[in-house]
Amino acid sequence: MQSNRHQTGGGGGAPTARSAPCVYLDYNATTPVDPAVLEAMLPFLGRNFGNAGSVHTPGQLARAAVDAARDSVAALIGAAPNEIVFTSGGTESDNLAIFGTVARSTRPRKHVITTAIEHHAILHACEELSRQGIEVTVVPVRKGPDGQGIVDPEEVRRAICPETVLITVMHANNELGTIQPIEEIARMAADAGVCFHCDAVQSAGKVQLDVGKLGVDLLSVSAHKFCGPKGIGALYVRAGRQISPRAWGGHAERDRRAGTENVPGIVGIGKAAELARNLLAEDSARIRSLRDRLETTLLERVPHVRLNGDRNRRVPNTSNVSFRGAGGEALLIALDLQGLACSTGAACSSGSTEPSHVLLAAGLSHDDARSSLRFSLGRPSTAADVDRAIEIIPSVVERIRALSPREQEATAIPAR
Amino acid sequence: MPTLDQLQTTASATANALETGAATANTIAVAMSGGVDSSTVAAILHERGQSIVGLTMQLWNQRRLPELQGDGPRQHRCCSLEDVYDARRVAEHLSIPFYVVNFERAFEQTVVRPFVQDYLAGLTPIPCTRCNNDVKFEQLLATARQIGAIKIATGHYARVRHNAETKRYELLRAVDDTKDQTYFLFGLTQDQLARAEFPLGEMTKQEVRGMARRLAVPVAEKPESQEICFVPSGGYVRFIEGYLKEQGTAGSCDDGGMKLGESGEIVATSGEVLGRHNGLHNYTVGQRSGLGIAVGRPIYVVALNREENRLIVGDDAELRSSVCEVRNINWIPFEAPDAAIHAHVRIRNRHQPAEAEIIALTPTTARVTFTEPQRAITPGQAAVFYAGEQVLGGGWIK
Repeated sequence: MQSNRHQTGGGGGAPTARSAPCVYLDYNATTPVDPAVLEAMLPFLGRNFGNAGSVHTPGQLARAAVDAARDSVAALIGAAPNEIVFTSGGTESDNLAIFGTVARSTRPRKHVITTAIEHHAILHACEELSRQGIEVTVVPVRKGPDGQGIVDPEEVRRAICPETVLITVMHANNELGTIQPIEEIARMAADAGVCFHCDAVQSAGKVQLDVGKLGVDLLSVSAHKFCGPKGIGALYVRAGRQISPRAWGGHAERDRRAGTENVPGIVGIGKAAELARNLLAEDSARIRSLRDRLETTLLERVPHVRLNGDRNRRVPNTSNVSFRGAGGEALLIALDLQGLACSTGAACSSGSTEPSHVLLAAGLSHDDARSSLRFSLGRPSTAADVDRAIEIIPSVVERIRALSPREQEATAIPAR
Repeated sequence: MPTLDQLQTTASATANALETGAATANTIAVAMSGGVDSSTVAAILHERGQSIVGLTMQLWNQRRLPELQGDGPRQHRCCSLEDVYDARRVAEHLSIPFYVVNFERAFEQTVVRPFVQDYLAGLTPIPCTRCNNDVKFEQLLATARQIGAIKIATGHYARVRHNAETKRYELLRAVDDTKDQTYFLFGLTQDQLARAEFPLGEMTKQEVRGMARRLAVPVAEKPESQEICFVPSGGYVRFIEGYLKEQGTAGSCDDGGMKLGESGEIVATSGEVLGRHNGLHNYTVGQRSGLGIAVGRPIYVVALNREENRLIVGDDAELRSSVCEVRNINWIPFEAPDAAIHAHVRIRNRHQPAEAEIIALTPTTARVTFTEPQRAITPGQAAVFYAGEQVLGGGWIK
């Protein structure tokens, strides 16, 4: 759907012969709202405006919609409805899980375990824990070709100590797509009596998720990664697990997350979860074959290319590729100007990019990390998108390599 | 504000221009700092119907050296988030594709470290020239070409002209002499000049402001910045001390040249010891105040003797000299001359170019002999040679 809209971007009339269709391959950043989701939401931005906390009929209508959405999100991850807390998205879910668990613990000394490849919503929250005097262990990931970008559960086991109150490990990594051995780590956490949180923002809607099978206590999801709207997410809180709220106010979400419910957003995540659940098998098989064709063709047609991250244990939509000798930033811009949207590294506050902490943690050199692109596909991706990408990328890589600036003197700059 | 569809139209128009052969592949990248000059350049080119892409360089992380920041963020300094925001606003206003590119590593290697090292070596460096030579017209130009642009336009006040006879590119002073920036551009090579576009060279600052207002450029009323972009208002000495401390605590500073200068003697030109200085990096030639000695007459820094860690001071007359040597010269309208050249030589920004004879010693070094002695010829500053409006070349004062 995305590409169609761009195709007619030539001024409202028929596409001109030169109009370049925009190929969107950045679905890990965000996805378009599915038309069915939008349709479900619209009444709640219009006539069904009631406050889900109100006693009267308009309120009850809103409440009913929120409850139905809760059922649907619960079904997507194999949870019970009362285990779902709606939040503003992945970042809030992660923060609520971390600070809500740590604040709940009455131990005099507290220790938290996480990994080097987490999203900043986890890592920066853990840095804040450190500033508050809580000990944090950041476990490395495997760097070799086998299991690259995957946590060794033994490393987690070694980090557990009597003070450990929380282990938080992501399910699928956003940049590499690698899937972490959550079941194994969750078992270790359970054996040690430690709360286990999993950031599943990048796996919900891409692979089967079952909180029971995974054995997690807390799990974060975000709607806009699976064709839902932005600004709505959920935290699964296993029945019986207590977390302290991070905001105080009314009694919404069973006193775990105060604030008037975002009814249109909640309806949106509910519909998106329903679609994801119904379409998962079909979507993932189709997307995997598109992704695999993109990868194999790039490997064939572009010299000095390497795939990053374990090739087998990863989500079906993500491909992370280093184009040696070509800067990722120039690649990203040149491809965008040719109508292909993908991503590289992590955006910093100014909007420029920094080398990705995930790729560095997975053992890539600075140069390889700086020359990497992430292609991520989604439900709207088509074979034509992949054809176009395959057509554009090799020549752009070639031009950028040919026009690389002269090497700067290699003055060692200490890490900061 | 443009709509998303308009933005997409612009982006795809640019993409088309980039994609289809030589006839339309004339996109120019505009180096946008968020200031009024480069913003107006973007607006002017856009109005002409030129296909452009806006690029803003992220050069320095303002979160570094937090102890040097005053209360609250300082406005209007390069790489501040406010400036990037302003540049983006201008690009959105024009509906042009816009990107922020990260050159922090190159900037630190080619501008910031040499700046610190120069001060520690008793020189008074000009980081803006290095930035032009090694970042803006090297790294940024390379990125511009990589993304399909043929040239780079900046907000510099200067002019470039191609001489059909000599087949060389020439650098000319700006029409507005009070804004002329050729002093900072003398290092541009023929390749760089060939790909440089300075649309403001023919305009006065007043005209630029007027144009900015007429084209409703969002930053039309923004005040100008005059400082070295990465040095906070606390001054360069505090920056150098802060940077060395940061590098030191980061744990790998073994190249010797990066040690803060120690206290030493202040000596008169007669040899008399007058007092003590607190590290040569605190001083620059021609400086009068801050010496902490009183001898009953105005006294100035005449030279920095790094070998003996001595600060040489004297009176105004001793500050004047007629001869200096210049190294790493870049000649512009011709290769190194074999005969003596008579030209006007500028030895610092805002210095009135003074008549001099230039004798090339090697293709990249020369001896400059001024007709009248010049005050405070300062090692580390540039000497730029002018023949009328034309820049013949320039190099670094030894």
